[in-house]
Parts: sequence; C-alpha cells; structure tokens
Amino acid sequence: MWNWTSPGKLRAKGIIGMNRRNIRYIGRYNDRRLYPLVDDKLKTKILAQEYGITTPALIGTVATQFGVKHLREMLHGHDGFVIKPAKGSGGKGILVIDHVEDGAFIKPSGVRLTLKDVERHASNILSGLYSLGGSPDVAVVEALINFDERLAEYTYEGVPDIRVIVFLGYPVMAMMRLSTAASDGKANLHQGAVGVGLDIATGTAIRGVQFDRTRLDHPDTGHELASLHIPDWDTLLLLAAGCYEMTGLLGYLGTDVVLDRDHGPMLLELNARPGLAIQMANGEGLRRRLDLIERQPAGCPPEERVAFAQHHFARRSELESNAVSAALAV
Amino acid sequence: MSRLPFYLLVGLLLVMGIGLSVHRHVTLEVPWTPGEQREVWEVEALVNFTAQDGPVLVNMALPSRQQSFRLLTEHTASPGYGLAFLEENGGRRAQWSIRDASGNQQLYYTTQMLATPDARPPGIEPPELHSDIIWERPYDTAAAQMIERAWNRSADGFTFARELIRDFGDERQGENSRLLLTQFERGPLLVRLLNQAGVPAREVSGLLLEDARRRQTLSQWVQVFDGERWALFDPATGEQGRPDNLLLWEASGQAVLEVQGGTNSRVTFSMLNRNQPAAAAVRSQLAEDTLLNFSIHSLPLEEQALFQTILLIPIGALVVVILRILVGIKTSGTFMPVLIALAFIQTTLITGLVGFLLIVAVGLVIRNYLSYLNLLLVARVTAVIITVIAIISLFSVLSYRFGLNAGLTITFFPMIILSWTIERMSILWEEEGPREVLIQGGGSLLTAVIAFLAMTNPWVRHITFNFLGVQMILMALILLLGNYTGYRLLELRRFKPITED
Repeated sequence: MWNWTSPGKLRAKGIIGMNRRNIRYIGRYNDRRLYPLVDDKLKTKILAQEYGITTPALIGTVATQFGVKHLREMLHGHDGFVIKPAKGSGGKGILVIDHVEDGAFIKPSGVRLTLKDVERHASNILSGLYSLGGSPDVAVVEALINFDERLAEYTYEGVPDIRVIVFLGYPVMAMMRLSTAASDGKANLHQGAVGVGLDIATGTAIRGVQFDRTRLDHPDTGHELASLHIPDWDTLLLLAAGCYEMTGLLGYLGTDVVLDRDHGPMLLELNARPGLAIQMANGEGLRRRLDLIERQPAGCPPEERVAFAQHHFARRSELESNAVSAALAV
Repeated sequence: MSRLPFYLLVGLLLVMGIGLSVHRHVTLEVPWTPGEQREVWEVEALVNFTAQDGPVLVNMALPSRQQSFRLLTEHTASPGYGLAFLEENGGRRAQWSIRDASGNQQLYYTTQMLATPDARPPGIEPPELHSDIIWERPYDTAAAQMIERAWNRSADGFTFARELIRDFGDERQGENSRLLLTQFERGPLLVRLLNQAGVPAREVSGLLLEDARRRQTLSQWVQVFDGERWALFDPATGEQGRPDNLLLWEASGQAVLEVQGGTNSRVTFSMLNRNQPAAAAVRSQLAEDTLLNFSIHSLPLEEQALFQTILLIPIGALVVVILRILVGIKTSGTFMPVLIALAFIQTTLITGLVGFLLIVAVGLVIRNYLSYLNLLLVARVTAVIITVIAIISLFSVLSYRFGLNAGLTITFFPMIILSWTIERMSILWEEEGPREVLIQGGGSLLTAVIAFLAMTNPWVRHITFNFLGVQMILMALILLLGNYTGYRLLELRRFKPITED
C-alpha cells in the first residue's frame, strides 16, 4: 500500500506545507504585535463592534473564579448559549448549550449537563486549561447563533461556519465546515467535520472532504453537497475582507464567519495561524492564488479586492461533474 | 528583505565550528573517534641524597612538551618540603626547599607523557655562542687542529659535528683527542669545540623509555643547531638522529640536578608504558587553555560530568527539530522528549520505556478521577505531581522487593514534566479521543527513543564533549533547518488525496 505522493506533484498542485506557511506567510505578513487582537476573542469582538462588523451577541464574561458562582444569574433567561475561552485555540474549550430543560443544560448531541458541569467548564477556562501556554484566561459567554434554516440539512447538530482565508485583504480561498456526529457538533476538520470547498466567485460548493477523503454527501443527514449555495455571499466576502483593516493589516488571516437567520453573516472569530486543510477541501493549493495577490499593488479598498478575487478565483464545481459522470455510469 | 546576513551568519558559524574542531584535533591531538588507543608513559624520578643537618635546596630539571611527547599530568611526593615549579632559560625546573633536614632524603616526581607520533617539534631557540673560549696550552693547538680537520671534511654544522665526534671515537682517536680527553669530559668538550667553530650546540640529557624499567639514568646528548633546524648526536658514536623512545628530560644546557646542603645526590628513573583510550588521555591533558583551546577539561571532574550531559542536549534538540520540521511528527510538549531521553540515559532504554508507560498509564487513570473533583488547574496538576511521586516510590519499593534493582532508576524521571504530560494527554483524551493521545504519545516516545539513541552513541558523546566547535555547527544546522519551507515527510501522505484526480 503506497499512500505517499512526491514533493514534485504537490508543488505542481501549488500545495503549501506547514513550514512554508509558517515562514513565508505567517512569519512575513503577520506582525506579532497584532496577535493579541486575534488570539483574544473578547478583544476581537470589541474591535469588530468599532468597525461595524457584526458578531454574535455577548451575554457576559467571567473573569474570576468568584464570578463563576454568578454564572447561573448570567445565564438566566437565555435558552441557548456558547461558553468559550477568550484565548483558546483550535476550537478547544468551546461548550455549546443548545437549550435548557428543567435546569439541565443540553448539548447539541443531547448530552445533559448540570449547572456544576457548566461551572467547572468555566472554571477550567479561567485557570488556563485551554489557552495558549496555559496562561489564565477569561470565559466569554455568547448568545447561540440562530443559523440560517436553508443550511440546516447540510449539518448535524452544530452550527456550520465558513472559513475564508484573507491574504493582504483579498479573500483567496473559502470552505464551509459542517459538523458531524463524529465531530461532536464541532466544526473542526481534524475532529471529523466535513469540509466543503467554496467557489470564491459564487459561494457554491466545489468539493467535499471528511478525514481528508472526498465526500459527495453529508455523512449524517445524507444530503448531497453539490446543491450547497451560501446566501449573502458577496456580503460575507466583504465582511471577511474588511477584517484586514480591522486587525491593523494582518496579512495572512483566517476568518470564521457564520450565517445568522436575522443578522446575515457574522464574524465568529479570527485566526492568525489558519490551517492548511482548506486546500484539501478545495482540491487546490493556495500557492498560485497567494503569488497572484503578492503581485497586486497595496491600498485597494475592500470592494475592489473582493471583485478582483471573484474575477480571478472563479471555479467550476467538481461535485456536479462527478454527479453527472455518476449518472452517466448508471 | 535580503537573506545575505543570515547565510553569512550560518557560514561564519560553520567555518568557526569546523575550524575550532580541526584546531583541537591538530594541535591537541584530540582524536575524531573515541576508540583510538593512545600510548602513555608514566615516568617516576626519584631524587636521593644525604642531607647535612641544615637547609636544603634541590633544583631538578623537568621535561616539557616536545616532539613525540606531550605532558599530561605531573605529581610530586616530598613530605615536609616546599615546592615550586620555575621557568628558567627556556627549561622547566622543580625546586624543593626545607629549613632543616638530616639523613637520607627521597623526593619523588611522577609524570605522565602522552606519545604523539605526528606532533611537530616545537620551535627551540638555539643557545648563544660562547665567543670567549680560552684554552690553556697545549690544549689550544690540539683543539684548533681537531676543528680544522673536521671542518675540512664537512659541509655544514651537522656534518661538522658528526666528523668531530668521530674523531673522538675509538677507531680514529688521535693524539689530539686523547690529550683533550685527559682534561675535559667528552660532552662539554664537544660543545666547547663546536662553539669555537661557530656552530651553536649544547649538551642535553634524555631518558630512553623502555617498558617496566627501573633505576635508569639519563643519557647525554649533544644538540647541534644549523639555522632553524637542530639535530641530536650521540657523543659516543657520532650517530645523528633522535631515537623514537628518547624523552628529553633537560633540554636547555643546564644541570639536571643541583642539591645545596646535601651530598651523594643522584636521580634515578623508573617507567611504565600503558595504553589507554584516547578520550581518557585527552581528559588527563594538562589545562593549558587559551581562547582557541577553550575546553571544559579544565573544570573539576564533577562539573565535567555535568557538562557531558549538558552538551548532549543540543543533539537531542536537533533530533526534535528534524523530526518536527522535516518529518512532521507530533509530540506532546515540544522538548519533553529530550527530557525523557535524558532520563532514559540514567535508566537504560527498556527499563525507561516500561517505567514511562507505567507511570503515564497509572497517572492517566488517577487524573481521570481527579477531573471529577472539579479542581482548579494548578491544584489538579499538583495533585498529579504527588500522584506521580507516589507511583514512582511504589514501583521503586516493589521492584526492590522483587530483586529488580533496575526499577530503582525510575526515580530519574523528571516528575514535574511527567505530570504535565499526563495532564496534557488527559485533556487531549477528553477533547480529541484516545487516537490523538496515541499519536502524540507515540510520537513523543519515538522522538525520545531516537534522541536517546543519538545521545548515547559513543561517537556522538566523544565529539560533543571534546569539540566545543561542534556546538556552533549544530547551531548553524538548526538555523538552516529553521529556514526550510519545503514539505514535511508526513505531508506527502496527508495531501495525497489532492493529487489523485
């Protein structure tokens, strides 16, 4: 069994490896000084409000172990909510409560938690269990997103989010992350979520992968992915592109956006070290797109950058052609 | 941004590292491999004399670094005597002194000389010519005739010396030489004649080294200079050249032994030839540290042992860097595997692996229970630390009871690091499942084992300990690796599906 490919083939596909990402893009374009704005979700939220970028509503924050005792009062009246560490990474420590039932907190998977469990989770966040380097942290409590019903059949339990890589302010590649039973409602690809590559021009699905292998449908709902089309696509791209100015010109940025039923695209969080799985979901390397952007003059307004990206990075779906060939085979 | 300064820095580090190492190899004969054997001579000089109930001053010549031999160590045994080492007229001397001594006195001096076949002779200043040589009658004519005879049959200083000495030999001994020998001793006479002819020369004393010989005395040699070069001549035969086993004991034309306040003084030598590993020979090298010869051998032995371990850490770190940057192995805690590998060095590999797995497995079970107690992080990790200590104590006692002494070495594990490993793995288990724990735990252990193998390799240990320049080479390598933008080995597998269509 030969499961290896050659560096030459990867280079031909324009795939970027970890080392290249770290040195060539993150090291060169991401000023360390700006990291706190991105690594601290609370700071990102406050900054986003300044720049008029919509984010999920803040219910409150817990900054001290003493404050954990007041969690019950804070949560009173909120049906669904999310508790996350302000400085967490890789989706660690995010607790999603779908609804509250007779004092029990129900996770999207149906697991029931007591108030004690929720308090312990907040306490763990404060002591730095999930934060980078184990430093003391703040727990952020946000309202649950009422996600767009049109996307409900593409996801299982959790909220699907859209990751857009923004390079020097240009949206270069996008994918949607659909949570599955395997990923416990979380939208992390390495935990088993399905990644769907999105066409930058139209917001339609190009290709789907789970555990790095191609998929044509959602493993739990069985819904085919070819018909996936993101509503409000242009607004979403504009919002993602605007994060470049908002963060003080972080060059290589991962923006996580969710679609809310009432408020449209919302910025969930930013990532200064976005992963490389997006290349798998799109079936294409980032290299050529990033090279093209590097040759563009600086200082274009977001609208022009989005238009440029939509013009140059348009792609045809592989899913439809697959579906057609599958139909032909039948 | 230009990368030129970076490559200059890397180049500079490489050049300096290689240069320092080669320098150490060439000038101090530190071998590249640890297995090489070196010949070491242990020579003991015994000074015997009868003291005359008063102050005594003993002044003895000492050997110094020379062609074929390097001084490793020296010791003296002379109870009650004051001792000083002096540098006089280009020769080393030991001076013993005592206020009041009587009867038979014995002073010992022992030295270890390293035989170094390829050593270049150190430059020796030729002695000054004695121009004011005055002969009494009738010796002046005899001397003049002998010089003239030898001069005519020679081309340079060396051949002149050879011919002159032969004229004193039994076969060619003439009237002139017989006359001169009645008044002068052969050695000083030769030097005197050579000097008169304008050839710088002096009388030196050497010891012919033979294994396990006792009560040996020094032999006399005439050292003749011809410009930059010099040669030794046997004053009896006129034979030119230095025997391989000749150790020059006194090489500056002075007396070998001077005793004030004593009679019947003599010095005898005993010697022993030993072969020892080159590394050990290097270790006992006398510290003549300059900036270039900078080495940790000048530190006390205890600190040397400490440094032997410290200097290995960069090797372990290099393994981690290679495995993470070039291969892409995930480890739990970046340099935790190096610390585990250091512990393996103490425990040996199999005991270490078993101990590590036991501690982490039991620790994970207990940590799992602790997570139900809803503790604050610091308190929980502290609880894990105490648990780890308890596990280690328990295993030590148990293995000792069962007669497994290897189990006792388990205490060498870094307990706080292990506790954090357990904590991190436990969280990993809760969040990502057991598969990720196996991947990261396995990656850490694999890295630790490879680091262990690299760090216990005798050659690596020898090189890192004896050549500090290697640290600069390692630094340059790591800087270069930090610049690598290519694919990691495991990425060739990860991104395989993309290249399939």
